[in-house]
Amino acid sequence: MVTTKNIWESLEKVSDPEIPVLSIVDLGIVRNVEIDKELCTVTITPTYSGCPAMHTIEQEILTTLSPIIKTEVKSTLSPAWTTDWMSENGKKKLREYGIAPPENEVDKSVLFAKPTIVPCPKCNSQDTKMISQFGSTACKAHYQCNHCLEPFDYFKCLR
Amino acid sequence: MNTKNQLYNYILEIADDSLILGQRLSEWCGHGPILEEDIALTNIALDFIGQANNLYEYAATLSENKITPDQLAFLRVDNDFKNALLVEQPNRDFAYTLARQFYFDAFRKLFFEKLIDSKDEQLSAIAEKSLKETKYHLKHSSEWIIRLGDGTEESHNRIQTAIDFLWKYTNELFEDNQAYTEILDLELGISVSALKSTWLEYVHSILTEATLTIPNSPFSQTGGRKGIHTEHLGYLLAEMQYMQRAYPNSTW
Ligand SMILES: [Zn+2]
Repeated sequence: MVTTKNIWESLEKVSDPEIPVLSIVDLGIVRNVEIDKELCTVTITPTYSGCPAMHTIEQEILTTLSPIIKTEVKSTLSPAWTTDWMSENGKKKLREYGIAPPENEVDKSVLFAKPTIVPCPKCNSQDTKMISQFGSTACKAHYQCNHCLEPFDYFKCLR
Repeated sequence: MNTKNQLYNYILEIADDSLILGQRLSEWCGHGPILEEDIALTNIALDFIGQANNLYEYAATLSENKITPDQLAFLRVDNDFKNALLVEQPNRDFAYTLARQFYFDAFRKLFFEKLIDSKDEQLSAIAEKSLKETKYHLKHSSEWIIRLGDGTEESHNRIQTAIDFLWKYTNELFEDNQAYTEILDLELGISVSALKSTWLEYVHSILTEATLTIPNSPFSQTGGRKGIHTEHLGYLLAEMQYMQRAYPNSTW
């Protein structure tokens, strides 16, 4: 008998194609797992409306689960994903990988607000600067460390 | 038109605004004035195209004909598109691009904030999702308006010219479409005319901070919502649609 617990464990092995160190469970985009008789339904939600990884993720889920159980993947937009859905374990993995995890951020309506202090994932210095609010993927901003001079990605806060 | 038909057309308007502006912004890919802006503009383009996709997907489920999101994007002609004239205006230069973006983002934020209350669950969900991205967009465009306006003489003059030129296309965003009475009555959609005063207030505050003169020309150009477009849309569609037109039903 396949249980939802088994399914969640298997989903831990499905990684985000753009940030392979994170599983889709760490990222918080798996909303629900349901087993009805012989059919498993996995519900996922996109991080950003235009996230180009959604199709790949759906395929990966099907490839991973289909040897275990007949699976369908559904997508939902509500409640909308925010960075609060990311697990603590996920944030730890991000930092070790060299991407600064999301910090609590100031209100986005404040123009020219001092950018959020994001500690450097390499040397931990608080002395970093934002280069651009928009980075290598929709979910990241571009930062640089003033202390070790290393440029790094920041997984920006979405609320 | 029955309610379902109205809702279908209502959603297409929102989707078309997103798609056409997304396509315009993506023209900057590889041409941004600095690398960071190249990335920012294309990131924003991706958000808009993602929103369009969500909306077209939903619209397709309401259509009486079997239609796919791709067909809605790639196989309709210019008169079928119901986007506002503002979003189809060409990029021209960075100032025009940012002025267009600023006017539209300021509208879009108010629009989605209200649309969240839609009695239509899926539309409300799309609004909730899109609003989070729109807040980033508005911050980005507002900061640039101030930076350019309050920058050098050259940047000030160029952003002022763009702000003045595009002004005539802004009023259309706030025209309630009489065809959608049921949508408003059933609280599925929202009245855009009610958003105008808040929009004006915000636009004024940013332009003032940017040391720019607030346009006051009463002339406004409309027609997009009825499918009557400026000459620019045809060229945009020609580029965006050529692959599906040349190789029908081709896929990646
Ligand atoms: Zn460092």
